Amino acid sequence: MRIALFVTCLMDQFRPEAAEATVSVLEHCGCEVVFDPRQTCCGQPAFNAGLHQEAIPVCRGAVRVLDDQITRGGCDAIVTPSGSCAAMFRHAIGLLDGEDAAAAKRVAEATHELSEFLVRRLQRIDVGASWPGRVAWHDACHGLRELGIKSEPRRLLEAVDGLDLVESSTCDRCCGFGGTFSVNLPGVSTGMADDKIDELETLGIDAIVSGDASCLMQLEGRLEARGSRIRGVHLAEILAAREPLTRANS
Amino acid sequence: MSPPDAKPNETGYIHHLHADQFDDLVPQALANVELRGALAKATNTIRNRRAIALEEIDDLQELRSRAKSIKTEALAHLDDHLETFERQATANGIHVHWAADAESASAIVLDIAIKNKTRLAVKAKSMVSEEIGLNDALIDAGIVPVETDLGEWIVQLAEEPPSHILAPAIHKRRREIRDLLARVLGRPMPDDAAGLTEVARHELRARFAQAELGISGANFLVAETGSFLLIENEGNIRLTTSLPRVHVAVAGIEKIVPRLKDLGPLVRIITRSATGQAISCYQTLVTKPKTSPEDDGPEEIHLVLLDNGRSKLLEDDLTAETLRCIRCSACLNVCPVYRQIGGHAYGSVYPGPIGAIFTPQIAGMHAASQLPGASSLCGACREVCPVDIDIPGVLLHLRHRAAEGDQSTGNHPEADPRTTEKTQSMRRGFRFWRWAMGSSRRFQVFGAVGRLLATVIRQVPSLTKYAGPLAGWTDGRTVPRSPGRSFRSGKMARRLRPEGQGRA
Ligand code: SF4
Repeated sequence: MRIALFVTCLMDQFRPEAAEATVSVLEHCGCEVVFDPRQTCCGQPAFNAGLHQEAIPVCRGAVRVLDDQITRGGCDAIVTPSGSCAAMFRHAIGLLDGEDAAAAKRVAEATHELSEFLVRRLQRIDVGASWPGRVAWHDACHGLRELGIKSEPRRLLEAVDGLDLVESSTCDRCCGFGGTFSVNLPGVSTGMADDKIDELETLGIDAIVSGDASCLMQLEGRLEARGSRIRGVHLAEILAAREPLTRANS
Repeated sequence: MSPPDAKPNETGYIHHLHADQFDDLVPQALANVELRGALAKATNTIRNRRAIALEEIDDLQELRSRAKSIKTEALAHLDDHLETFERQATANGIHVHWAADAESASAIVLDIAIKNKTRLAVKAKSMVSEEIGLNDALIDAGIVPVETDLGEWIVQLAEEPPSHILAPAIHKRRREIRDLLARVLGRPMPDDAAGLTEVARHELRARFAQAELGISGANFLVAETGSFLLIENEGNIRLTTSLPRVHVAVAGIEKIVPRLKDLGPLVRIITRSATGQAISCYQTLVTKPKTSPEDDGPEEIHLVLLDNGRSKLLEDDLTAETLRCIRCSACLNVCPVYRQIGGHAYGSVYPGPIGAIFTPQIAGMHAASQLPGASSLCGACREVCPVDIDIPGVLLHLRHRAAEGDQSTGNHPEADPRTTEKTQSMRRGFRFWRWAMGSSRRFQVFGAVGRLLATVIRQVPSLTKYAGPLAGWTDGRTVPRSPGRSFRSGKMARRLRPEGQGRA
């Protein structure tokens, strides 16, 4: 299967390992991955701020590049390691006009968030990963509530060698990022992160795992400011890991 | 009392609205540690109760879609249903009044009160009466309104607006309530909740018998029978609507449902969504005044139908969803923002997710342009809403209107210079962003600049004050460690380039 990869702008610039891990996992599962470097951002930050004039050209750019890959580039699907960007392409249908709206519809239908793609489309649970450590999963809001992703990442994580997945009772609460919200109302935003972190601290975990780089930036930023030992890890980073199970075996 | 700047039929009026001070109210709320503790505890309890109550229903999705379709159908033919309601209610002997705006609704109630020589009016909790500022209008006319819902009575004594649409005193801890009652009543108060409730019951009981007028809201108006339903737990609504000689109910026009049998599914879902109860302790269906001296109940019943900007929302399918709301308050209880700041910070008697969409649409964007931004768009509200209102969708729509202006909806950003400045600075930021994202090469260059800045700021966090709109980030958070290179500049990304794609 030939996959067009949409790397989120934040991940491209600030978490390249997660993007590379996404590619490794997909290739491990037998996919051929292409990355069209004309892509930049899905346009969501401006769209969520209500600034359609600013969002439209950026969103249109991403839609055209991806549509090109599925209509002419021979790609069977689009995969993105972010539920948030995947959800944005659905909004793009209403945001764009004419042929671009039609392209947005094709793109939205072809787009899958990584865990959803692996489990639902490829029916792969075990991707050969090993990662020793205790983790909890954070359900990113758009993945959970707009795409209905809940069991997929958990099943993938449970199949990872050496990994101990614990459920957090606040797993589905927002981390407080919310794009411009995080800088417009910083106190509310970090308070929301604290609501989760207070509980995470009681679970004895090494890392909080999420499928969105933006949630991770928020949670890690707050965890570090609080002096916590918990770190943030992207799902793809774990699925691509082949770490020796020294701790789990000892 | 006249609504400032209200243009009839364009925007409505919400009493005591100061949502334009949102920026100042939020830090005050955040600094109130007691408040945050009280909110976290109370909202946790209610949201858990709700979840358990809904688990028991095996046809939950069916019930929700039934509730949604009843309200949707009612709104699609609102005029017809309202007319039927008026005809039926009038035939039953209820006096039906139409109020285009808040001011005329208050005037109608006041007129009834004065005609009936009212000195004391007992009130059942009603958000619409808060919306139109009825208490102040009564007080100005020398009439004493007494709230009889326990929470509402507490906030009335504290001279505060309610901070939650169902639990008005949710922001108050028991100790605070005890001290408040001790001060107002001038005697020591018990420490426990049961003891305090007993005091309240005793204080309020006497008022029901003295009052010349009972004032309530209504949960649902039934067009078919011309009756209206009130749902409660404390019994105070039953007393308010049956002991005084005259009863006036004020209800928004969106409360209509076509048929009596529609109440079944709606009641089943509203009490579970609101308090996690399978059914509330009391449901009072008011159909007609008493017809013979042996009957109980009021001799005279009035119903005021309030528009106050609501019918304008019907012009668009998305904004019309707002009117499906049955005021269950589930969205407030799950909202992580409400949980941090509480109801008063919204500066509107309608706080939380429903308040953030209802307030600016009723009172005009200029009066509450910050409220649609009071959300991370997490969607927890939509997930619990029993009538499936796309709250995040409406928030996005309103943000768009706030940012890009919409004169037809009373959006005059110049009315609030601070908001304008904020919007302008955000727009400048996004204009630049649009340009930077407009080509792969610029994206690369500014990505590299961003990583460099992040590295510098990690060393010297105080530099963020020069980072324009991004300055808020380092308020309690570190900036990410920069990886030194982007994904696209790495070896792997180059290997993945599709055929025919040259250098980026
Ligand atoms: S918007 Fe929905 S969840 Fe919120 S109060 Fe109204 S009906 Fe309840």
